Amino acid sequence: MTQADFYSILPIIVLAGWALLLLAVDLWIPKERKSLTALLAAVGLAVSLGLTLAQGGTSALTFGGLIMLDGFAVYLNVIFLVSGLIAVALGYDYLKRMGMERGEYYVMMLFSISGMMLITQAYNLLVVFLALETLSIPLYVLAGFAHPKLESQEAALKYFLLGAFSSAFVLYGIALIFGATATVGLDGILAALQGGTANPVLFSAGAALMLVGFGFKVAAVPFHKWAPDVYQGSPSPVSGFMSVAVKAAGFAVLLRIFLTAFPGLAASLAPAVWVIAALTMIVGNVMAIIQSNIKRLLAYSSIAHAGYMLMAFVPYGSEQNAGQSVAAMVFYLIAYGLTTFGAWAVVVSLEQAEGKGLTLDDYAGLGPKYPWLGVAMTVFMLSLTGVPLTLGFWGKFYLFKTAVDAGYAGLALVGLITSLVSAYYYLRVVVMMFMRSGDPRVRRDGWLSLVALGAALAVVALSVVPGRLLEAAANAVLRLQ
Amino acid sequence: MNLGIHPLVLVTFFPLVGFLAILFIPGQRKTAIRWTALVTSLLNFAISLWVLAKFDRADAGIQLALRTPWLRLPGITIDFFLGLDGMSLLLVLLTAFLTPVTILSTWSAVEEKVKGFMLFFLLLEVGMTGVFLALDLVLFYIFWEFTLIPMYFLIGVWGGERRIYAAVKVFLFTMFGSLLMLLAILYIGFTAGSFAWQDLLASRELFASMQLWLFLAFGLAFAIKVPMFPLHTWLPDAHVEAPTAGSVILAGVLLKMGAYGFLRFNLPLFPQAAVQAAPWMAMLAVIGILYGAAVALAQKDVKKLVAYSSVSHLGFVMLGIFALTMQGISGGVLQMINHGLSTGALFLIVGMLYERRHTREMSAFGGIWKVMPVFAALTLIVTLSSMGLPGLNGFIGEFTILLGAFSSPVLNTPWFAGLATAGVILAAVYLLVMFEKVFLGPVKVEANRLLKDLSAREIITLLPILILIFWIGLYPQPFFELINPSVERLVALVQNAAMAVH
Repeated sequence: MTQADFYSILPIIVLAGWALLLLAVDLWIPKERKSLTALLAAVGLAVSLGLTLAQGGTSALTFGGLIMLDGFAVYLNVIFLVSGLIAVALGYDYLKRMGMERGEYYVMMLFSISGMMLITQAYNLLVVFLALETLSIPLYVLAGFAHPKLESQEAALKYFLLGAFSSAFVLYGIALIFGATATVGLDGILAALQGGTANPVLFSAGAALMLVGFGFKVAAVPFHKWAPDVYQGSPSPVSGFMSVAVKAAGFAVLLRIFLTAFPGLAASLAPAVWVIAALTMIVGNVMAIIQSNIKRLLAYSSIAHAGYMLMAFVPYGSEQNAGQSVAAMVFYLIAYGLTTFGAWAVVVSLEQAEGKGLTLDDYAGLGPKYPWLGVAMTVFMLSLTGVPLTLGFWGKFYLFKTAVDAGYAGLALVGLITSLVSAYYYLRVVVMMFMRSGDPRVRRDGWLSLVALGAALAVVALSVVPGRLLEAAANAVLRLQ
Repeated sequence: MNLGIHPLVLVTFFPLVGFLAILFIPGQRKTAIRWTALVTSLLNFAISLWVLAKFDRADAGIQLALRTPWLRLPGITIDFFLGLDGMSLLLVLLTAFLTPVTILSTWSAVEEKVKGFMLFFLLLEVGMTGVFLALDLVLFYIFWEFTLIPMYFLIGVWGGERRIYAAVKVFLFTMFGSLLMLLAILYIGFTAGSFAWQDLLASRELFASMQLWLFLAFGLAFAIKVPMFPLHTWLPDAHVEAPTAGSVILAGVLLKMGAYGFLRFNLPLFPQAAVQAAPWMAMLAVIGILYGAAVALAQKDVKKLVAYSSVSHLGFVMLGIFALTMQGISGGVLQMINHGLSTGALFLIVGMLYERRHTREMSAFGGIWKVMPVFAALTLIVTLSSMGLPGLNGFIGEFTILLGAFSSPVLNTPWFAGLATAGVILAAVYLLVMFEKVFLGPVKVEANRLLKDLSAREIITLLPILILIFWIGLYPQPFFELINPSVERLVALVQNAAMAVH
């Protein structure tokens, strides 16, 4: 292992090492002082974040072609690490009051994030699979973290079964691609494809299976069924983390593999991805209308947003549009991530023991009683709808622009119409908060308020000056061979 | 007075100063909040007059332009681009004028959550002014959509019984139209490589092949806002459920955004399509005039009557615009102002009645003239102005529009104007019937005997509008001078396109 090799995965090593250490240290931390574990986990994330930021601007292929470090990886790793920090903030008070304060929450979170970082940097399909399992298995544990609550156990089991299922798809896809090209390295696959030595039938079947597998991870229709149940049953901070970070990881690996190794497949995959994107937007938004539980509503909303991102993914193969596809999608991840975490912070604030405080009716009267929280939630709902002066507007604008520029105005139209549908259910939350009377109970916690208000402020302020963020997204380029 | 800030930036964003100030005033200090809002909006009106003073009437082009790059996306830049011509200036003045008047009208009407109300109201002013000044399509879209949020809250929180239904309906209707407009904006940006109005004007050949579709996409958004028949169904609900101040600003300014959109974007950017669509648009306008008037005739609720009269009056504006003649369009622009004043005043009057009796059924009134003579006299003037009585503002606008529609080579038939004239007569009928039922005859209901006439504050609210009603009615020249150069330019542009079509 050379110095460059070491440097390229240093943040991952630090994070995973820290997690192992924390697992042991946590044994000596007394039960009533678990906030120390939270603090230590946050320190680990922060150190890794600092190291990741220091990697900015570098680009290297290391470990003999197994690991890639480029702008894209750095950008996404920042998203994962910040998501981790936010998830720690969301969980800190929640775990305590729900009586499940155990250090494993933080440790599992760190392991999962190190898997996400690895999958973004993976330049070899076997590393991809390794990272996929590293990120998934801790999440199965986290989904069931509220045991012996039945709902949580159900969520864990469902997530595990479907997750294993999707991993199998990916693995089978890898096998077929190996069969077709005799290699699992992304550049080798590309060379085989361009050299015409790949078996086209095996290859296309393999790529399609991988698309299905990652489709499960990002919860694209028709592979979305698990999401509402898992989001509802998992502890809310975990659901929030899953809806942002796991989705980001899914899209990261999708972009990495398909742009690097399968650009030639874009034309034949486009109709399929078109249909998946359209279905995801339609089903996600339509199903969200009938939800009365806020966690399920956010679950369907997160499905719908996967559809919007897939819309920009359709033209990934064309040379003019690929760069814009990546930039639009990673920009959207920030807009969507900030907004979604903010919304989940509000959900966590209102959630009471025994799963109470989670229906839309529980939000009645929130606006007059807690104006700041109400305003923050309104900002998130408007941002998810894509109304101007929120970051969500620019996110959608960029995605739609990408689709229109690439000649997919029809798909953009589907996206716009479904945005209108989404306005209906997002507004229902606002109607509840400001136009119906009620007496909601809110847990006052500094960290929760910080996440909710900070995210709301960022969503609005960054929409006025989104220049730097767009620049960062434009610089998050995938290095292609 | 130049503080180093561009006048258009100042006139757009100045209400935010009041917004921030109110944010820090505790909610129970209602008087302080009201005064802050009022003073802010008055200062903003002063700023708009300052902009007027800087404006060169002889120049038909865009003036006081401010253009700086805002966002760079691959292949295209979104500009922060403000500027105005005569049409937009007049509408900015209308906005800045009506806002303080409306705020004054809420003094006793809005008692609950005053703070939130004023915050949203000032935000709304920012959004409306921005719509009239933005010359970058994306910036325009942002302001356009943004106005929805405060309006949604104003109706949904401070509205009447079915306020939530009305608020959601307004939001979804308007958003439906604007989403298609967004798609059209993206398409134009892609083909022309710019979102700036002036660039697009120069390079409109690039998207000329798609212009009918683009016209329809923009037109749908604007037609919903105007609203044109048959897309008007949200308006009566919104008007009836909105608080008085909301109705005034909705009728006075927000509806004008739709008509302004046609003038600013549809006609100059897609002129051939505009010429092709003109007879159809004129037909919808005339149907709107007659339909709105007929439905107004059947109303028992005063506010609903005024709401449907809005549909009818905006039909005149649209008829004038799609006559595509000098007289038609300048009459249309003036009628936009007139409608803002007359209908705004009518909604204020309905609000004053409602505050006293908590009903708007015409049958609950009668003989009010005897109890409230000042109120009745002022109402009569406003009613006559809305009817189009010569010597008052409504007449000038409607007459010019009808002249324009009669002589329009594009419409090429006197039928549109002829049928529209019937709308003028119907307006006289429903407005006079309304006046008679409410104000004339004996006092039928006991409760009405004790009604107090207008307070000084209420008179001050109505007086500025009345002055303008007389001013435009008797001496409209200064207003036409402001409108005409820009309209001339627009008409010349469209007529060139018309020649290409024929």
